[in-house]
Amino acid sequence: MDRSPPSFFNRGPAPVVRLTFFALASILLMATDARFRYMEPLRQALSTIVYPLQRTALAPVESAGRIGDYFESVADLQRDNNELRAEKLRDAQDLLTLQSLRAENAQLRGLLHARERARPDAIFAEIIYAGRDPFSRTVIVDKGATQGVERGQPVIDTTGLVGQVTRVQPLVSEVTLVTHKDHSIPVQVVRNGLRAVAFGAGDGASLELRFLSANADVQNEDLVVTSGIDGVYPPGLPVGKVVRIDRDATQSFARILIAPAAGTGQHRAVLVLRPRAETPPYPVVEEEPAKKAPKAKRNVRRNQR
Amino acid sequence: MALEAPGQRILLPVNVGFMVLTILGALVFDLLPWPTMRGVPDLLALVLAFWCIREPRRMGIAIPFLLGLVMDAANGVLMGQHALAYSVLAFLATTISRRVLWFGLLPQALHVLAILLLAQTIMVLVRMIVGGPFPGFSYFVGSFISAALWPLMSAVLLAPQRRPETVDETRPI
Repeated sequence: MDRSPPSFFNRGPAPVVRLTFFALASILLMATDARFRYMEPLRQALSTIVYPLQRTALAPVESAGRIGDYFESVADLQRDNNELRAEKLRDAQDLLTLQSLRAENAQLRGLLHARERARPDAIFAEIIYAGRDPFSRTVIVDKGATQGVERGQPVIDTTGLVGQVTRVQPLVSEVTLVTHKDHSIPVQVVRNGLRAVAFGAGDGASLELRFLSANADVQNEDLVVTSGIDGVYPPGLPVGKVVRIDRDATQSFARILIAPAAGTGQHRAVLVLRPRAETPPYPVVEEEPAKKAPKAKRNVRRNQR
Repeated sequence: MALEAPGQRILLPVNVGFMVLTILGALVFDLLPWPTMRGVPDLLALVLAFWCIREPRRMGIAIPFLLGLVMDAANGVLMGQHALAYSVLAFLATTISRRVLWFGLLPQALHVLAILLLAQTIMVLVRMIVGGPFPGFSYFVGSFISAALWPLMSAVLLAPQRRPETVDETRPI
């Protein structure tokens, strides 16, 4: 005989069972998302669904900003205008020389048979959100795959490198800031050309040059730019300025802190740069020649005797 | 009276459309762009906890789980982080729903504070396991602000269900 309660009282599985099911589902999701990239289609679908809500949430903030702009006084505008005009005059000289320098550079590079440095072209984007996730340093910008943004593209503002596109969705994309803990950039010190790698310091406001020996030639106020040897960042983008150096004799590496050049927390307008021209593939050392190499060396030594 | 136990009043049945509307409103609030997320209350968690306590049969755990996934996608964080936290939150809120409504609003807020803190702790633990840094104790301030909003939240969300104060003598019930 059927002893189960009539369906009138049926309340489905017990809450503990439901919790176990959903907790396992989310742990599974997290594991696959952390290890692999299988979750991207789901994430993209969800983010496209949420996009109208995001715009709704953004609308009052935007209109408040617009109203603020409207009431900005004429005096402020005039002052800004004068400053910009003066700046334009100052820059004009540099711009004029830039034309001739560019031509000269192309010519010299041609003489040296060096590869032409590609001028990256850029996509203008605006930051919609900043710092939604308190655990990581990322911003969301309003251009996505439909506008041609791709993963790995560098992002700059008027003063320097802001970060790198790490996740692309159809209409928005996520930029990891240079101050993120796991974000690394190959850099160069302008003063002496010393190459290093800059990592986010983890405090969310500065970068640090890791793996430089305690007596490395780095000074306070040294300018640090991208070196461009990774093929991701174009060379010469300002990254920051050295603000503090701790040389501890008990540690083999110096602790060098850099203040980022770009306003990683302030600006709203950024440029997403398109990647450079193809770089030659990284030379892969094959197994076979490696075994033969010591033998060849011995032969050479014998010959020398 | 402000601090009377709302469980003892007979309320009108809840309007499901109003539930959906409040949850969507809380979601939009959570999507607002703040300059920093420190101390910003997670209103969606609070509203979910509220409806799980008031209407445990209607809410279940599936809705909080799905909304958690939406939050994960919108914030660009690890998929499942909010989903797990909201599932646990919904489960705990459902479990205490029979008991907590007999308390006044302040003890209710304390219960909810414990649940919200636990949800945030789950998120911190998850992120630290995947290698994130500890965000600092100021991260938990949002839960305290949420819990402080509980009395106001109950008043607003229950408003459509309240009967008129004037007693109608001719009514049968």
